[in-house]
Amino acid sequence: MEETDVVFLWGANARENHPIMFHHVLKGVHAGARLYVVDPRRTTSAQWADRWLGLSVGTDIALANAMARVIIHAGLENATFIQNATEHFEAYRQLVEPYTLEFAEQVTGVPASVIREVALDFAKADRAMICWTLGITEHHNAVDNVCALINLVLLTGHVGRYGSGVNPLRGQNNVQGGGDMGAIPNRLVGFQDILDPAVRERFDKAWGITMAPRVGMTITDMFEAMHAGHFHGLYVIGENPAQSEANQEHTMAALSSLDHIVVQDIFLTRTAECADVVLPASSSWCEAEGTVTNSERRVQRVRKALEPPGDARDDMWIITEIGKRLGHDLGPPDAETVWNEIRSLAPKMFGGMSYARLEANNGLQWPCPTESDPGSQFLHARLWAKPRVGPAAPFSLVNHEGPVEMPDAGYPFQLTTGRRLESYNTGVQSGGYTSPLRRPESLDMSPEDAATLGVADGDAMRITSRRGSIVAPVRIDTSLRAGLVFMTLHFQDQVRVNVLTTDVWDAKSGTSEFKACAVRLEPAMAGEAAAEENARELVPGD
Amino acid sequence: MTAPGALVQISPPRRSVELTIDGDTVAAPEGTTILDACRQRGQDIPTLCYLETLHPVNACRVCVVEVENSRVLVPSCSRRIEPGMVVHTDSPRVRHSRKMVLEFLASSVDLSTTPHAAEWIASYECHPERYGPPAPPAAAGIRDAAHAGHHEPPDPAFAATVHQPIKADNELYVRDYGKCILCYKCVEACGIDYQNTYAIAVAGRGFDARISTEFSVPLPGSACVYCGNCIAVCPTGALMFSSEHDRRAAGTWDESRQSVVDTICPYCGVGCTLSLHVQNNEIVKVTSPFDVSITHGNLCIKGRFGWQYVQERPGNGKRTNGVPRRPRDIEAASNAAGKSRRKGHDISQRDGPQHDGPPHAGTPGDGDGKGSGHP
Repeated sequence: MEETDVVFLWGANARENHPIMFHHVLKGVHAGARLYVVDPRRTTSAQWADRWLGLSVGTDIALANAMARVIIHAGLENATFIQNATEHFEAYRQLVEPYTLEFAEQVTGVPASVIREVALDFAKADRAMICWTLGITEHHNAVDNVCALINLVLLTGHVGRYGSGVNPLRGQNNVQGGGDMGAIPNRLVGFQDILDPAVRERFDKAWGITMAPRVGMTITDMFEAMHAGHFHGLYVIGENPAQSEANQEHTMAALSSLDHIVVQDIFLTRTAECADVVLPASSSWCEAEGTVTNSERRVQRVRKALEPPGDARDDMWIITEIGKRLGHDLGPPDAETVWNEIRSLAPKMFGGMSYARLEANNGLQWPCPTESDPGSQFLHARLWAKPRVGPAAPFSLVNHEGPVEMPDAGYPFQLTTGRRLESYNTGVQSGGYTSPLRRPESLDMSPEDAATLGVADGDAMRITSRRGSIVAPVRIDTSLRAGLVFMTLHFQDQVRVNVLTTDVWDAKSGTSEFKACAVRLEPAMAGEAAAEENARELVPGD
Repeated sequence: MTAPGALVQISPPRRSVELTIDGDTVAAPEGTTILDACRQRGQDIPTLCYLETLHPVNACRVCVVEVENSRVLVPSCSRRIEPGMVVHTDSPRVRHSRKMVLEFLASSVDLSTTPHAAEWIASYECHPERYGPPAPPAAAGIRDAAHAGHHEPPDPAFAATVHQPIKADNELYVRDYGKCILCYKCVEACGIDYQNTYAIAVAGRGFDARISTEFSVPLPGSACVYCGNCIAVCPTGALMFSSEHDRRAAGTWDESRQSVVDTICPYCGVGCTLSLHVQNNEIVKVTSPFDVSITHGNLCIKGRFGWQYVQERPGNGKRTNGVPRRPRDIEAASNAAGKSRRKGHDISQRDGPQHDGPPHAGTPGDGDGKGSGHP
């Protein structure tokens, strides 16, 4: 990152949400790299950019495909790499043909000349990388968005090489690790396919069970199943869906349809308030041993520095005890023992990562199959081997769709959501410290919209979507364009922004479209917000 | 070509350079500084403004050494070794220079929380008191208001000092510029070396020079984003976390009873190493090791200060019951506990969820989609 030539931050405000990673970007920028930031808001990251591409929300595929067309028409695609490592290029070439600069400018709002400039710079660079986060994935077509970016690196060969690549910047210390461990519906530990009989046989043998060849559900599917009456109980570990899920009223109705809820958490969160049983847990990053995997696939040790308070117990101890009550001996609740079992069941990824090596190397990047393996700096380096090793990387044929809920006469503004430097998600953790930077939730809007509506900073505004209505003070923000308003998800105890957001979701990833919904704005009475807060139900009723 | 995925060596191999340090012939890779060459052979040299993660600014002059045929003493922290160089690290000229530097600093600045200061002052036989009794502290704001060219001649009866009241204008930091030696480390860390926030710089000239925000505004009115990276590099304790400052003031700061445990920050996926300084089962300070390639010792506001929630749970010695609570929501929780819920099914008798729908792609990328979900 520090020695690359071009960095795209696409739907990512790393300056605030990945500040230490942004230090590395800035080292690159100071060394001469061009930084392009693709974001509907002119964020603090965009302020560092050579070009800010302030596209309309949810038009990323149109932009990416138009860039591809520019690159192909200029003859700057990496033909050798495409030939050796990819498939479906011809279909992709035809797919992007209608994405002319004129069309893209019209759809995205980014000037054609800028699209052309950054596309050519990306293609001509020796090293270039694309980093993305939730601006890409919190859409109803999240996976398609990701595929559109992957297409760009396949087209140019900016992958699997030093200073190049596509990097999802993970939002939590163990998002990657959760996937690594099989905490996704269709995979076992090490991304092994649960529908593969040979895989199941290995796990069955190790665990002395017969595993059903059945794919699980995403959290979004689970909530739909609750609504359909197919779910009767829920066991929530370290998640706060009562506040973090889109379309909050819908979420609460789903939770209230359940017979039994168990919540295992370090706090009595809103979700825990709905629970029949709360299991007080230790804080996994400082009161327990284990590992987490960061955005660069580096498995690192977390260590116990504190004794947990009172009766709070290590997650692993709780799960082991529940296993015992259900008649299964899950073995000793010891992190290293569990880790070694993981290594034995996913040896290609973790086989070489003993605790001793993780300690000595300050973490190792998977895949790391043997004790003599230094770990893998590049996941897709195989694409450069000649002849190619493994399957070809396919171009994905994805088209522009745009957000499901666009502004219309009844709901004329577009609401997008995001995060701030000093706060974190639903604020359960970051609410615990005082910060001179913190300010309460606000409805951020452009000066143009404020003038049109005749409102000023601090005026109370009622914000209504098709799903619900809340009140928040206006904050005029010059980083926004007319028609686009912004709120965070950090202060849901005070302002329940997720009452507004739409739960239309991506069937492939299970992610809701937090980044786009349509809202109506009306002036509110000053006391309205507080009155609403006092009156509202704290838990789902019957 | 290297094997797919293997670690890439990007810098060319370095030649070995031979030189003489204090009479010994020494070899080290080209590009090494004199300081590193000395430290590699187990020989330490005092430093104040030097840090391996920052660009050297050669401000403090305490690390100077004598190089034969050089007109002046050279800063060992930035001067690179050359073939045939003859270095003296402890010659009378070097010792005299260090003594002078340390005396000037000790007579004008409070070095009481500077590691090794007392030891160096003793070993270089410094007598800072010979410059006279320290001048009384300046009133708050006086040094901040000094303009170049408006300097009053100092009172010869006193040793001039930078002593002044501490600045405690926010919840997270304390700035005690009576302890500041103007080493520039905080400016470098806040500026181009890492944070690129440029909230602070050196203002004023000569003895009036001081570290300042723009127009000396309090930190909450400045560009500061409270990453604490200035505090992490401060060599004298002029910049201090409130959590440390307040305990020191109360007499409860005790490093002999502190343990330091490295773990990983929970607040994003970058994977910053946090060194938790723990005293009496409480986190009292968070730093990051300078030799970790992800952080180089830097953190953001969340990693540096966002741990307090862990300690706000009842039970850290004052636990009242078995359920942890968010401090701000105790009342709401007790209301919730009173609500009844629909019961009547024994779910332990049920099979697991029968889900026969289409398989879900569940790409590794979908985890972030629930990014708002983790408490």
